[in-house]
Amino acid sequence: MKIMVAIKRVVDYAVKIRVKSDRTGVETNNVKMSMNPFCEIALEEALRIKESGLASEVVAVSMGPAQCVDTLRTGLAMGADRGVHVEAAGQLYPLTVAKILKSLVEVEKPALIILGKQAIDDDCNQTGQMVAGLLSWAQGTFASKVVLDKEKQLATVEREVDGGLETLELDLPAVITTDLRLNQPRYATLPNIMKAKSKPIKKYTPQELNVDVKSDLEVIQVTEPPKRKAGVILSSVEELIDKLKNEARVI
Amino acid sequence: MIKLMDKWRITNRLLNHSSKLIFDRRLSANSHNSVFRSALEYSESLVKRGFGNASTIRYRCFGSEATKFERNAAFSTLNSEDVSYFKELLGEKSVIQDEDVLLAANEDWMRKYRGSSKLLLQPRTTNEVSQILKYCNSRLLAVVPQGGNTGLVGGSVPVFDEVIINMGSMNNIITFDKGSGVLVCEAGCILENLVSFLDDHGFIMPLDLGAKGSCQIGGNVSTNAGGLRLVRYGSLHGNVLGLEAVLANGDVIDMLGTLRKDNTGYDLKHLFIGSEGSLGIVTKVSIHTPPKLSSVNLAFLACRDYFSCQKLLREAKRKLGEILSAFEFLDNQSMDLVLTYLEGVRNPFSSSMHNFYVLIETTGSEESYDREKLEAFLLSSMEGGLISDGVIAQDINQASSFWRIREGIAEALMKAGAVYKYDLSLPIEKMYDLVEKMRQRLGETAKVIGYGHLGDGNLHLNISAPRYDDMIFAQIEPYVYEWTSEHRGSISAEHGLGLMKANKIFYSKSPKTVQLMSSIKKLLDPNGILNPYKVLPHSLSNH
Repeated sequence: MKIMVAIKRVVDYAVKIRVKSDRTGVETNNVKMSMNPFCEIALEEALRIKESGLASEVVAVSMGPAQCVDTLRTGLAMGADRGVHVEAAGQLYPLTVAKILKSLVEVEKPALIILGKQAIDDDCNQTGQMVAGLLSWAQGTFASKVVLDKEKQLATVEREVDGGLETLELDLPAVITTDLRLNQPRYATLPNIMKAKSKPIKKYTPQELNVDVKSDLEVIQVTEPPKRKAGVILSSVEELIDKLKNEARVI
Repeated sequence: MIKLMDKWRITNRLLNHSSKLIFDRRLSANSHNSVFRSALEYSESLVKRGFGNASTIRYRCFGSEATKFERNAAFSTLNSEDVSYFKELLGEKSVIQDEDVLLAANEDWMRKYRGSSKLLLQPRTTNEVSQILKYCNSRLLAVVPQGGNTGLVGGSVPVFDEVIINMGSMNNIITFDKGSGVLVCEAGCILENLVSFLDDHGFIMPLDLGAKGSCQIGGNVSTNAGGLRLVRYGSLHGNVLGLEAVLANGDVIDMLGTLRKDNTGYDLKHLFIGSEGSLGIVTKVSIHTPPKLSSVNLAFLACRDYFSCQKLLREAKRKLGEILSAFEFLDNQSMDLVLTYLEGVRNPFSSSMHNFYVLIETTGSEESYDREKLEAFLLSSMEGGLISDGVIAQDINQASSFWRIREGIAEALMKAGAVYKYDLSLPIEKMYDLVEKMRQRLGETAKVIGYGHLGDGNLHLNISAPRYDDMIFAQIEPYVYEWTSEHRGSISAEHGLGLMKANKIFYSKSPKTVQLMSSIKKLLDPNGILNPYKVLPHSLSNH
């Protein structure tokens, strides 16, 4: 059984986000880029499944500019067996990504696709659901626990929902998207970084996969959230009541 | 030098004998003019003598901190006229007598040293600092300048009843020149605030330390703080381009230049860098800040023995030269401690424990080039057997968790119980010998851990015990200082002397040098009101 994992290159989680001065998007020049944290969790889960003997191969897929190869190398250093890079220059929206993934499924024939539940840059939370829809596969989103049964070709997925846990049983092939508490991703060790250098990364273009990257969505403007105003220290309860009454007008 | 040291030891012994007397006087008069720092023996004798509430004396016994000496009788005590004067000068709000605030300001963050000051002043301008000092000097009121109070040697808290001059209200950034990278700001600016201010302009502070969230730049400069970036950017003696300081008599000395090069006469600003507020109060600083480079990589490595760490450092300097920005080490015992006492910290290595760990950070301008260079270096070091295992941070989050291990050691030590801290500069090849020697001396009675800035030859030797114990202390001091002195090291690499090591200065400086320091102190602060009992030995500075 083969597992395909989608990984996205995003502005590092710890970087302070800045909006471009022309308000067309977020500044990515000279900014540290890393693997989307949810994708790291997805890859870790795939590697654990493989290590427990339930999968034979883990293929990491990334889409975007040439530097996505760096992110793929990180994935390979964590332990993925192969990489696939779909090189595309412009902005890719979830539906396009889902279509590309669908085309890759036809080439790679995995029994399971694992993705992060969302990317921390656009917070779309759509790709996993869309790819499941396009493939007509079962889907288990926001997984906090995954158990595979190879004999019955079943995946049992626990998901955190309001007020408790929901358990789903999915027939394979299936799509799983991962939540934060599923696992703790491993570090890339030196020997594995060395090994990753010789692992193959296959390149495609969207055209080769018969996907049109044109989107119906258009970003009109990106702006920063309003700045939080500084607080004030009051000297008495009377003053507080006065402020609540006359300034905030809440009492 | 030996003679002087002996002399000091004898004085110390004499003072030890008289400690009982001092203590009795304190009890009867309930005055604060005797030493506050109570040794274990005090509370024990209290219990023996039937003073049931010995537990209210909650000073911790620290051996070296249980220095017994008396308040300098030449200093005046604060009276209500003084307080009214300060209220007139600064306004009610900046003259603080609130007990809770004073309790916090009287004690250092490790809760090792505690004074009994009754007054804290918060000046907002250089002129106010000047007026305060002018008045205190004329009245012979001793003062202690205080920044973030994050020091480790008792330099930032009063010893007796010194007036605390808190610099936190002078926290304005005055100018920043994007072209030259020169930042001019007031002394009370918190380091982390400066870091985030500079970050918006694409620059960084040339120093970084664990206490950045509380420590202030004036304190950093006054103590010549070192930290994690020293190996790359050098010490504050190089990065501080100018400063403004107020002398004991209230004179404002404007040395606030912003030039990289200025050879006109004696470069007096250096006197105020690292003199721990004993020569003047730093009120403004101008600092040269380097541009923020976009590519930072961090590797956490395991080494078999200390010799490999040393060799790795030599190789790293040669092969990573221009991008090397930190080279830190910790031993297995430090790692153990962090994993035991800090929540959420995990060992980056899945396999067995290693003997030593090294953090190598590179900072450069080209991500892929730096990365390739670092990887190539690490792989060849691994093949050469210098590294037994290693991980490279793949994102900032992973990098922070590696740093957390190194920076969390001090915190883990605090949680583990009593700790004797030593901050030593030693020749790199000898550095770890001392840790092993201490382990032999102490055996099972205490845990000895070693870590520090290997790249700068700076060892943090820490001895962790369940509780403070005179027997353990006797095994540590003066041996640690003697050993350091014998190997021509420094007994204070970056923490300063403060109260803890004022009398130990001779282990690292010759009598003539100390004598000259004392003359400078007398010239700039003839009445000795600035941060008394600290930095210089009491035999020279007190009366």
